[in-house]
Amino acid sequence: MTFLAIVIDGFIYASWLFIIAAGLSLIYGVMRILNMAHGSFYAIGAYTVASLAGWYWSAGLPPYGGIVLMFVIALAVGALVGFVIERGVLRFLMDRDQIVMVLVTFGLLLMFEDIIKLMWGVQSYYAPEPYSLFGSTDVGDLVFVNYDLAMVGVAALVAFLLWFGLNRTRQGKLLRAVIHDRELAITMGINVRRLFVITFSVGAALGTLAGGLVAPAIAVTPGIGIEIIVLAFAVVVTGGLGSIQGALVGSILIGLARAAAVNLYPELELFVIYGVMALVLIFKPRGLFALASTRKI
Amino acid sequence: MRQIDYSFIAIVLAALLLALGAVVFPLWLLSTIVNIIAKALVVIGVILLMRGGLVSFGQGLYYCIGGYVVGLGGQLLGITDIVLLLVFAAIIGIVSGAVIGLLMSRFREIFFAMFSLAIAMILYGMLSQSQALGSTDGFNVARVTALGIELTAGQASLLIYLVACALAAILSILTHIYYKSEVGFACLAAGENEVRLQYLGATPNRIFYGTYIIAATLAALGGALTAINYGHVGPNMTYWTQSGEFIFIALLGGSGSVMAAFVGSTLFEFVRTYALEFAPDAWQLILGTVLVLIIFFLPDGLWSLIQPARSSARIKRRGKAPS
Repeated sequence: MTFLAIVIDGFIYASWLFIIAAGLSLIYGVMRILNMAHGSFYAIGAYTVASLAGWYWSAGLPPYGGIVLMFVIALAVGALVGFVIERGVLRFLMDRDQIVMVLVTFGLLLMFEDIIKLMWGVQSYYAPEPYSLFGSTDVGDLVFVNYDLAMVGVAALVAFLLWFGLNRTRQGKLLRAVIHDRELAITMGINVRRLFVITFSVGAALGTLAGGLVAPAIAVTPGIGIEIIVLAFAVVVTGGLGSIQGALVGSILIGLARAAAVNLYPELELFVIYGVMALVLIFKPRGLFALASTRKI
Repeated sequence: MRQIDYSFIAIVLAALLLALGAVVFPLWLLSTIVNIIAKALVVIGVILLMRGGLVSFGQGLYYCIGGYVVGLGGQLLGITDIVLLLVFAAIIGIVSGAVIGLLMSRFREIFFAMFSLAIAMILYGMLSQSQALGSTDGFNVARVTALGIELTAGQASLLIYLVACALAAILSILTHIYYKSEVGFACLAAGENEVRLQYLGATPNRIFYGTYIIAATLAALGGALTAINYGHVGPNMTYWTQSGEFIFIALLGGSGSVMAAFVGSTLFEFVRTYALEFAPDAWQLILGTVLVLIIFFLPDGLWSLIQPARSSARIKRRGKAPS
């Protein structure tokens, strides 16, 4: 029974991690930016949905419309913030070293922390209505909230759409060319700057989507962005930076490990997450599905 | 002809002046200066690694280890002598740096940053869950003694201040010697291009390993000093935002000179004190804005305003070909 709980809990947690990590990994793969501000996107998504959903449900409008609204709002606000950040800040720094981009986005993360506090204040937001909307399922004597189980479906959908977008569309093929070799892609006439804007907006939208979807299940408080970003890093680094399938495998691995720890030895929760990451990196220093790299002199 | 290096004299003079200041400084200022020195020591280590192109997002690990060594040394072993505690912290810093460094010296660039972050967060996870060590609250550290003599609170702060000044001077001189040594230059070269360095007959991994241990020791000493100064340690010392703060100070000061770490640290503490007083809600906003502006306009840090960089050890302005 504990085993079943671990597996189901693990996959629920993994699907939520995957939505965050996929955006992070996509941005890194295409733009070579390890985006610390992704934690802020997550927080912005959570706050927006929590405050809007609160307003929507207190207005007594049809409940399922609220779910649709959640998706639309979360994706729209993410794409907007991503667009502004890319155009306003990052595009000026694209020829700098990777580590500089980490530091710039770290600066952005700090700025967003206070901007969020200025906009939403320091009190917690709750929007529990969508969470209980779908009821719950009993598996033996275990109870699972259907909203959580639906997260697995959403993550699978995101994974499918990313796979389809990258492998079966023209834009996706261009993106893969850029991931593989940016300089060569430019010489072949691909408009890399335009792809960067699109990628960053999509990646940011995935970050806010994850925040928006988790908002009904938690208390939205200041600092959630800072907590989540190192977790997302652990996932993408374990899986291999820049690889979507790496993000998938990494999130399942870490999701299951965390669920096992929570069910068996709750004290080890944080330890296990970074322990898995460290263990993988010891044997595969660039993660499980690392992008191929050339040795340049 | 060899140029005369005035840096040693400058460092000693600055430390003596600072020590003399104890006569006129109020008590709170002494404590603040010790805090600045403690952070600057960690930052020197961060800068040493940065010269080699390695950005450690986990220097809080050793900062925390140093702090807990002081705390536990007093609690379990009954050591309260200030010099013994610092020596003890330095030794533990060297040992832990030497063990973890075996792994770390294999990583580069963002992989180094992420792996150092992971290890620091592992320690955070363990400390914040251990009831015996006060979980997330940490625990208090006993007041230090000197040569077995009990001290009053005022005497203790004066002693801590003087020891901090001496420590700052000694470590600055050692770091300056390192900067000018073969290994110091080799580390700079390794940050630029490792393969070329290998052709010259040097082993980058070994250079990074040594530098990593030095940085770990400096961070452990900084943490020990902080613990002695504040009389309290907690797992927040190894949380990743603390490590981020050290990187921020390093970028603020720049890597042009040993003194840059102290300049950066002083400015940081100054801005924080006033920001927390006048705009407590916008402290991180200020921090983030300054960080982004520095990367945009002053990649060599504030020190480059005082002394324009020649062969700079800055964070590389130009990106390498994506690898």
